[in-house]
This record gives sequence, structure tokens and C-alpha cells, in this order.
Amino acid sequence: MSKTDTTQSTPAPDETTGAAGAELSTAPREDREDTAVGGPSLGFTGWLRWFWRQLTSMRIALLLLLLLSLGAVPGSLVPQTSADEMKVQDFKAAHPTLTPIYEKLQFFDVYGSVWFSAIYLLLFVSLIGCIVPRTWQFVGQLRGRPPGAPRHLDRLPAYATWRTSAGPEEAREAALALLRKRRFRAHRAGDAVAAEKGYLREVGNLSFHIALIVMLVAFAWGVLFKSEGGKLVVEGDGFSNTLTQYDDFKSGSWFGTDDLEPFSFTLDSFTGTYEKSGPQRGTPRTFEAAVTYSRGGEDTKTVVRVNEPLKVGDSKVYLIAHGYAPVVTVRDGRGKTVFHGAVPLLPIDNNITSTGAIKVMDGYRDKNGKKEQLGFSALFVPTFAGAGQGTMFSQFPALDFPVLALTGYHGDLRVNSGLPQNVYQLDTSKMTQFKIDTGTGVAQRMRPGETMTLPDGAGSITFEKEIKEWASFQISQQSGNGLALTGAIAAIAGLSGSLFIQRRRVWVRAVRGEDGTTVVEMAGLGRSESARLPEELADLAAALTAQAPPTAEPPRADPEAVPDTAGPEAVPDTPAPDTTHPADAPAEDPAPSGEADK
Amino acid sequence: MILAATTDESLARMSDLLIYSSMAVYTLAFFAHIAEWVLGSRSKVGRTAAALTPRAAAPAAAVTVRVEQGGSTAVLDKPKVVTRTAAGARDVPDGPGAAGGTVKGDLYGRIAVSLTVLAFLVEASGVVTRALSVQRAPWGNMYEFSTTFSTVAVGSYLGFLLAKKNVRWLGLPLVTTVLLDLGLATTWLKTPSDQLVPALDSYWLWIHVSTAIFCGAVFYLGAVATLLYLFRDSYENKLATGGNPGAFARSVLERLPAAASLDKFSYRVNAAIFPLWTFTIIAGAIWAGDAWGRYWGWDAKEVWSFITWVGYAAYLHARATAGWKGRKAAYIALIAFACFLFNYYGVNIFVSSKHSYAGV
Ligand code: HEM
Repeated sequence: MSKTDTTQSTPAPDETTGAAGAELSTAPREDREDTAVGGPSLGFTGWLRWFWRQLTSMRIALLLLLLLSLGAVPGSLVPQTSADEMKVQDFKAAHPTLTPIYEKLQFFDVYGSVWFSAIYLLLFVSLIGCIVPRTWQFVGQLRGRPPGAPRHLDRLPAYATWRTSAGPEEAREAALALLRKRRFRAHRAGDAVAAEKGYLREVGNLSFHIALIVMLVAFAWGVLFKSEGGKLVVEGDGFSNTLTQYDDFKSGSWFGTDDLEPFSFTLDSFTGTYEKSGPQRGTPRTFEAAVTYSRGGEDTKTVVRVNEPLKVGDSKVYLIAHGYAPVVTVRDGRGKTVFHGAVPLLPIDNNITSTGAIKVMDGYRDKNGKKEQLGFSALFVPTFAGAGQGTMFSQFPALDFPVLALTGYHGDLRVNSGLPQNVYQLDTSKMTQFKIDTGTGVAQRMRPGETMTLPDGAGSITFEKEIKEWASFQISQQSGNGLALTGAIAAIAGLSGSLFIQRRRVWVRAVRGEDGTTVVEMAGLGRSESARLPEELADLAAALTAQAPPTAEPPRADPEAVPDTAGPEAVPDTPAPDTTHPADAPAEDPAPSGEADK
Repeated sequence: MILAATTDESLARMSDLLIYSSMAVYTLAFFAHIAEWVLGSRSKVGRTAAALTPRAAAPAAAVTVRVEQGGSTAVLDKPKVVTRTAAGARDVPDGPGAAGGTVKGDLYGRIAVSLTVLAFLVEASGVVTRALSVQRAPWGNMYEFSTTFSTVAVGSYLGFLLAKKNVRWLGLPLVTTVLLDLGLATTWLKTPSDQLVPALDSYWLWIHVSTAIFCGAVFYLGAVATLLYLFRDSYENKLATGGNPGAFARSVLERLPAAASLDKFSYRVNAAIFPLWTFTIIAGAIWAGDAWGRYWGWDAKEVWSFITWVGYAAYLHARATAGWKGRKAAYIALIAFACFLFNYYGVNIFVSSKHSYAGV
């Protein structure tokens, strides 16, 4: 590829070979004048047609591809709402000046933005506009026959010739039989045999591009018909797949809630193990959720792991996170139990230091018999560290030395205030803190089995010996996966066909020479990157010599350098001999056949 | 259990030792390559300016089949095939290689290749012992990824040599970057050998990561060829337009293969590996579907794999598009490879991603 090459148009194969090299692929022809003109004289339909031809040209497809990759970049650098809402909030808080600009540019939702969608939609319109005519063209090529031999076979990239005693007709017959046997599409065209092979390349290329469309459709389908929700389940509890049971739920616009797969499951137990020692101490080793699920009445036991979701019909249940749920009992001043249960707490670090809230909504009366609500903010560590300090933290994720610290409040939890409330947080604006007589003044640290007595006969809270674990699951239902996978496999297969199969043409001409012997000429033409073309031609020629055995040359001074002048009708345009150019120099492709140690 | 742990420890230490030893051998190979280039530069053999003058659309010298004259003992040669380059392409022969045709240079070149083979074997054993010490695929973190990556890159290069491809010119740049890569791996990216976090513990790790490493290694060879193509192409252009390249540039570039050969090599390599790269991304998506409950979430790593993929698709398109062949296509290929590299280093280090749990 020379520099001059890049500024001129492609040297199309047909520059030297006429019709013989035409349509060796179905790539759209570059109508260069088109780009230059497009003047006002075109009229509306003219403009439309011009625009369409631009859009479906290789050059625009290329530019759109480049744009697509460029457009994908900001989404990896700016936090995305779809991935992590919290991070977006943090970013917005940290960059007050950038935020409005980014919001205008839809940088927080790049892959759903107008401009990103525009790029890929244009690309796909271009793709369709490209595939349809290419398919017709290809069908035409399949129905037609390989083009006849060009006049000057010796100008083609690979060429061989010899004289044979066999008659021209005989030689052509033999060539036709040979080429057909080698699975070429071959036919007689005048004094020559024309053959072509490697149509699968085009099939591969077209099916690759069609597969891309199939994949896009599958993705769009998936987005529209998708549902996805999260649910935190404490050991022993269950979940059934209805909308009200979800902690959070998202679905595509065409998804109806009665499309939810009917099933339920219970979390029997959760097991997490961690590296006990070494520099990676605390790194998780296994996470397993043992569940019993039922669909249509039949119970099945199974284990859900991080990489192994539970599949129920169209739905998949993924294990997403886990944590601890200490069991606590709250009693009022008279010793009556007003709350008993496992309280799931949310991990805030890798060693599962967890926080959360315990809310006693009703049933509690203070020592005067007045109805009141209780709230406790909880800090829990599975393996305690921080003795003698104001704060405690966990130093290992397993339950080696669990400690629960509670701060109690009484008053109004404001759960009925109309505002959505986070179950893991306490709104203390209408509550009063219990004054507890401990060293730190606020929270009391408890070991399992210990009880914290609330002041003034307000009751007590017990940290039971039992500590449950919880697991959170994502339940998603997605359609279109099968289609996407089919598309993906077709894409890879098509691509391989497109890149590994060579489409090439071979011509064999046999005519009677001046001296009465038959001159056989063979030539091959492929796309520019054809490495094996000369080898294949040599192979074919060798095979053909079985039926058309070479005879002696008419005596010549230098057989190496002198071109064959086999008669004007065969090679009328004999090129000048060039002795500086060794005949066997692999001009087309030295790289793969050159010797490593040369 | 304790016994097993100690065996692992010693295997891990052995692996470290092997990696360091391979670095030492690569360093020797590096110097041998330097010697080859230096000695080759002193030679004028095989380097004539005339060899670089375009052969102006060389006409096909027809070669006919020779037979023993009047022979009952006729030896039939295969008909010889004459090849010619497409119209418009510059027809320049390949350079003689780093040794420049000198015997001594060639000797050093051979020594360099032998040392590279040795270093490769040592490094590969290092990777294997690492795998044995952790009893899993050695691709759990960036240290392991880097060591495997350079092993595979060198392995592919040696594979090309074994297949008698003309790739010895890759030797010096490859060994240099392998040393850099190993240097980075053993200092900044060093992670003690250990088990995997549960999310990585899947047979998709074998499939997805191994193909990703292999693709990266081969794309790397393609990128080196592309870069050299750009240099050599400017050099040939300069000569063709009567310019006079600097002495150093001339000495180095004239020994490289012709621009057309380099271009073809990089195209073949990139095109051949592109379907596998497509597969890698799809396998990753399937794995993500199992691990995280969504096939594609535009996570940073996914985004950059996608960008790399589109980049290489653009490169393949550029080569079929008028006005984009040659240098422009080569720039796209280099950008695509830069995206691959960024995905590997940049995303793990600078961008927070769901994928960056693997101890850097
Ligand atoms: C979604 C975007 C697209 C992708 C990812 C893509 C990908 C590819 C790839 C990887 C190849 C390489 C196969 C080869 O070299 O033979 C290719 C070839 C081709 N593409 Fe696309 N393509 C896209 C869109 C388009 C569009 C819009 C057009 C229409 C203008 C188009 C026309 C072609 C043609 C004609 C070839 C064959 C080139 C040749 O025969 O060398 N592609 N495409």
C-alpha cells in the first residue's frame, strides 16, 4: 500500500481485468462523483436519493463505526445512572459546575441518550441499506455464471502456461472436470473454462451483518420485555414471585406484571466462608444459598451460588449480596414481648461491619401505659475490634466474635408521615434518645445473649444467641436471550467464513498455437489479500498436466526470461521480457512464505 | 490441609523464581538482538538502493514448463506460477533482516532466537507452577494476567517462526516489551498467589480469559507490525519521491520487510484473531449473565471491549473502503490496540469497574 494509493481510488481488479474481476465481492461501489456533486439541481427526491446513497456507502458506515466507539467512551468515565445511582449523586455533589453541562449532554445515561441512540440507529439503517442490495447482487451472481476469461490472462496476479500435445478441446474438458472436482463452479466460455470458488465468503459476510441486526433486535426485545427486581431474604424466610413481594422492581415498558413467572422459594441457609489467614485474609471463598423452591406445588432443594443462578422457567434467581440479621427481642416495662425477630443489617465494609435500624411500630406502651414507638439504630460487627475505643469495627467477615451496639430512641418513628422511609435508617427527628448509663454514654455494646435494660422501666432489648444470615437475590426475567445467542453464534460463524474463506476465480484457456501444439494458459484472481492463490493455481496446473502433459518448448535461447508467444489470439499483447525480475520472486506475498531464517 | 498449603507456598516461590530467571534470559536475548542489529548495520550486503526502486508494474515473465528435451526420461516439473502485484501497489522487495546479510549478525540473531526460546520455556514453567500453586487457571489478577500475556505473545511469535514465516524482525521489539511487561508485573502488579473470589470461580474464566489473553497477544504482534509498517512506508515514500532519509532511519528501515509485506502481515494477524475476539466478548457476556444477572451492563470493562471490537471492525472496513486503505487503516488499527491496552491497564487502575476486584 503506497501513499499514493491512499489518495487515489482503489485500483479495482477490473482496471486490468475488465469484467472478469468485477463483482468479486459485493462491496458497494464507491461512486466518488456523488460525494462531490449533490448540487441543488437534484430536487427533493434527488437529494433523498443522494442522502440515502451517502448513508449506505462504506465510507459513512466506517465513520459511523468510529463515531460509535468514540461515543461509548464517556459512559465509561462518567458514572452512569443505570449502573450506580449513588455514584452519580456523589459525582453531582462533587462537581457542581460540570453537572448541568453533563446533564444537558446526557452523560449520566450515555447508552440511553439521544445522540448515542442516533449513532447506532443510523449505523443500523446504513447496515440494512447495505445488506439488502448486496444480497440481491449476490443472488444475481449465484444465478449467473462466473465471468469469462479476460483477454490477457498473463496480466492476472497468478499465471501459468505450458504447451501440450493434447488437443485444445481435450485440455478444456480436462480442466472443466478438474475444476468441478475441486468444487469450483465452472463452465465453458469460448476458448476457455471459467471457474469460481469461495462463495461462502459472501454468505458469511452477509450473515454476519444480518446477525448484527438480529442481535440488536434481540437486545431491544430484551429491554422491552424485561423485568428485574431485588429481594432480601433472611434465613428461614421465603419469597414468592409477585410484585408486592419485591423490595425494588423495574420492568420494560411492554412487560405486564402478570407475565411474572409463578414460583416461590425459601432461603434455608446461607453459608459464607473466608480466607482465614495470609495477606488475603477475609477474602470470600464460597457463598452458597441453600434454597427450597416450588413451582406448581412441587418442592425442590437446590443451592444458588454467585455464578450459578437458579433457573425457574423464564426467570433466573441470582445471589447478589449477603449479610447478618441478629435476632433481637424487645420487651416493655412489664416484660411483655413487643418485638421478636431477625433484623437484617446492611454491610458497610468488606468485613461486614453492618448498620441498620430496629423499629417497634406498635404494641409498645411506656411505663405509664402510653402508646409509643421505639427505634434502635444498630451497629453490628461479626468479629469485634476496637475495644476501648469510641468506635468499633469488624476485622473479619465471619461470626467469630459478634458484637451488637444499640442506641435506643422513643417517640414517633414517622413511618406514617407519608414520606417513603428507608427500613435501614431511623428518622429520629420526633424521637428522644434513651440515656443509658454506659462508658460512652450513647450506645451499649452487647454480646449474644446479653440484654440492655432501658432506663426508667422503659423495658429491655435482648440480643439473642441466634444470629441469622440473609441473602439478597435478584430475580430477573428476560426474553430474547435465545435470539441474541443465536445471533451471536451466527455472527461468529459468518465472520469466520468472511475472513478465512477466499473468493477466487480461475480461468483455463487452451488454444492451438502456431506450431500446432496446444497452448494452455491458466490464471487466478482473488481479492487483494490472497496468499494461497498462486499455490492453489500451481496445484491445479500440476493436476491438469496429468491430462495435458507438457511437451518440449520450441527451442529458445533462454527459457527463463522469454515470455511465451503462443499465438496472437491467445496472448496478443506480449509484455516485454524483464530480466531484472526473477520469475519466481514471490511478489504478491512474501511475508508468509518467506523463510524465517533468511 | 496444612501440608498442602506448604507445598503450595514452595510452588509459588518456585514460580516467582522462574519468572525472575526468564527475565534474566530475556535480557540476554535482548542484548543478542541488539548485537544482531548493530553488526547488521555495518554491512552493505543485500542492501542496495537499487533494490528499493519500484519495479514499475513488473510484467509477468512467463515461465514455461521445462521437460528433458526429447526425453523418454522426462522429468516433469510442476508448471511454474508467475505472480504479479496488483496494479498501483508499490513493488519493493523485503529487506534482508536485522543481520543485514552478515554472517556474524545472523549468528547473534540465531542466538537471540534460541535465548528467546529458552526464556519462553522458563517463563511458561513459571506460569504453570503458579497455576499449580493456586490450583486454578493463573488468571486471577493482573500479575498473573501480565505474565501469561507475555508468555503467549512470545509463544505466538515462536509459532510463526516455527511455521517458517518471515517474522524475525519482530524479535527485538517483542523482547523489549516483554521485559517491560514483566518488570511491571513483578514490581507494581505483584500479588501473592491465592485463591479466587467466588465471582471469578467459574469455568467461563478458562474460556473467556484465556481467549482474551490470546487475542491480546496476537493483536499485539499485529500492532507492532502496523507500527513498523508506518515507518517503513514513510521511508519507502521518501525514497520513491527522491528524498534522503536519515542515516539511522535508513540503516534500520531498509532491513525491515517491505511496507506491503508488513501491512499484509498485520492485516492477516488482526483479521484472523478478530472472530476470536468477538467470541471472547460474547463469552464474557454469557459469564456476566450468570454471575451478575445481566449480560451487558455497560460496565467500564465491557465498554472498552466493545470499543476495541468496533475499532477493529472499523479497521477491517477501512481496508475495504476507498481512500482509507493503507496508512489511515493502520492508524485505526493502532488506536484499536491502544483501546485494548487501556482496557487492560487503564480500566483496572483508573476506572472503578465491577471487573476490578481481582487484586488490581
Ligand atoms: C454494525 C456495524 C458493522 C460492523 C460491526 C461491521 C463489521 C464488519 C466486519 C468485521 C467486516 C470484515 C469482514 C471482511 O473483512 O471481509 C465487514 C465487512 C464488510 N462490511 Fe461491515 N460492519 C458493519 C456495518 C456495515 C455497514 C453499515 C455496511 C454498509 C455500507 C457494511 C458493509 C460491509 C462490506 C461491504 C464488507 C465487506 C468488505 C470486504 O468484502 O472486504 N458493514 N463488516
